Amino acid sequence: MIGGRRLWSAFGLVAPAYVWLTVTVFLPLSAMLYFSFLVKTPLLQQAAVLTLKQYHLFFARGFYSYLLGRSLMLGFYVTLACVIFGYPAALFLARYVRGRSREAILLLIVLPFWSNALIRVFSWTIVLREGGLLDRLVQFFLPDAGVSGLLYSYPAIVIGLVHSFIPYIILTCYLSLQAIDGSLLDAARSLGASRLTTFRRITFPLSLPGLIVGAVLIFVPVTGSFMEPRILGGKSGMMLGTVIEDQFTEVFNWPLGAALSFILLGVVLCILGLSQLLIRLRSRVA
Amino acid sequence: MIAAGQFAVRSYLTLMLAFLYLPIAIMIAMAFNESALYELPFKFSFVWFEALSGNTQLWAATRNSILLATASTIIATILGTMSALAFARYQFRGKTLLRVILFVPVTVPWLIIATAMLVFFFWVGIGRGLHAMLLAHVALSLPYVIVIVGARLTSFPMELEEAAATLGATPWQVFRRISAPIIAPGIVAAALFSFAISFDQFATSYFLSAPGVSTLPVEIYSAIRRGFTPEINAISAIVIVLSMGIMLIFSQLFRFSGTPAE
Repeated sequence: MIGGRRLWSAFGLVAPAYVWLTVTVFLPLSAMLYFSFLVKTPLLQQAAVLTLKQYHLFFARGFYSYLLGRSLMLGFYVTLACVIFGYPAALFLARYVRGRSREAILLLIVLPFWSNALIRVFSWTIVLREGGLLDRLVQFFLPDAGVSGLLYSYPAIVIGLVHSFIPYIILTCYLSLQAIDGSLLDAARSLGASRLTTFRRITFPLSLPGLIVGAVLIFVPVTGSFMEPRILGGKSGMMLGTVIEDQFTEVFNWPLGAALSFILLGVVLCILGLSQLLIRLRSRVA
Repeated sequence: MIAAGQFAVRSYLTLMLAFLYLPIAIMIAMAFNESALYELPFKFSFVWFEALSGNTQLWAATRNSILLATASTIIATILGTMSALAFARYQFRGKTLLRVILFVPVTVPWLIIATAMLVFFFWVGIGRGLHAMLLAHVALSLPYVIVIVGARLTSFPMELEEAAATLGATPWQVFRRISAPIIAPGIVAAALFSFAISFDQFATSYFLSAPGVSTLPVEIYSAIRRGFTPEINAISAIVIVLSMGIMLIFSQLFRFSGTPAE
């Protein structure tokens, strides 16, 4: 049992950080939950009226659930593309590249993290714009091809987001791939398993934790993204995130924005919970 | 066969790096192109950097960004290290809960946290502006500081501290002479992380910026929405070269790039 003084010093060390987090994160999220049940944005000296109207609006108008679907699909596509292109890079790095060059490549992959996300998205507008680099490259090989006009389209949003988030999955997959005991693979090979079987039965299952962490780190922020769809998607960039942004910056319908935020958050958390459940079931079967 | 495989591996990784760096390189190159409409052929010129030097609004935003990132790094690193020390050194009720709720600011999309802050700060009278952004940036950095410093703390033996305490050192002396030097690399890494989070922070700064008081990412965002100018390329080029350069130097000094030291 620890003495009272030690307990007090522990609380003294912890308190400042958690008071700060309470004022800036936990209380605001609670306030927002309360706001989502209000009829309209509360102004000074007005009695607050509680209602389920905002949530009802979501279900009554197909528009919002359509946007929710769009945001979730965007999260899905971006995560999928990151896994498809990022996993092989992590595997190659962990298995076939050694020493200094592995360290250098890994550093180069992580380095963009430290640069500004907005600037990276902006740089894609320069590449994808009409008459930009991509158009010139295509026209160099196919002189008859017209302008692609890829900027302000759905693929542009996906490309920009994959560029922003692919380092996460490469890093998390690399960390779990690198931790696999090499003698396991040697054993499988010497017992006659083909390369593919070794990968399917040993390497891949053992790297799954890293893959899942990486996928979650990508899926959650992408479904809530609004800056990238706006800049790269133009008119086709309307997502639940951009509509939530509008409620706070243009329309000033805070209760609706709050309700939409909590619906988005709830659905994302449900998907994460379900995937956790599936993984547990799977590992129990295996 | 093996040579061909090696070649495929190298080409794939090269393509990946090209995908990551090419857009940035082109964006930087366009900052030195004379044409206002990014037209080719390329004509080297400093005209956009000259235009940038007269843009007081952008410079004010840059100054705000640097001030905010510095202040938020100092506060978050101190408060976060204190918490990490408490978690590593004391057993107390509620510790697990405190560690779990740290993941709330990390997992909830920043759009939702930022709008919640806007609503709450407006409601209680904190309002918008640099002070509100500082509150936000510190909060978003804290979980990372606690986790990074905590990881470093768990990897060194507590006996050293106990020995010092038994020999009569005060808690502050134990921290200054024993703990601090050992966890210093963790603190440096955590500080770099929180600086990057603040300097890169767009969502909270965007919703909490007051008219006339904004940060660099917010200015760039509104400039892009007004229409492109190579001036934005010029400031972006400066920012990206500086921030990546600084991180490159630090990573060489402290080797926290993810690979274990061999």
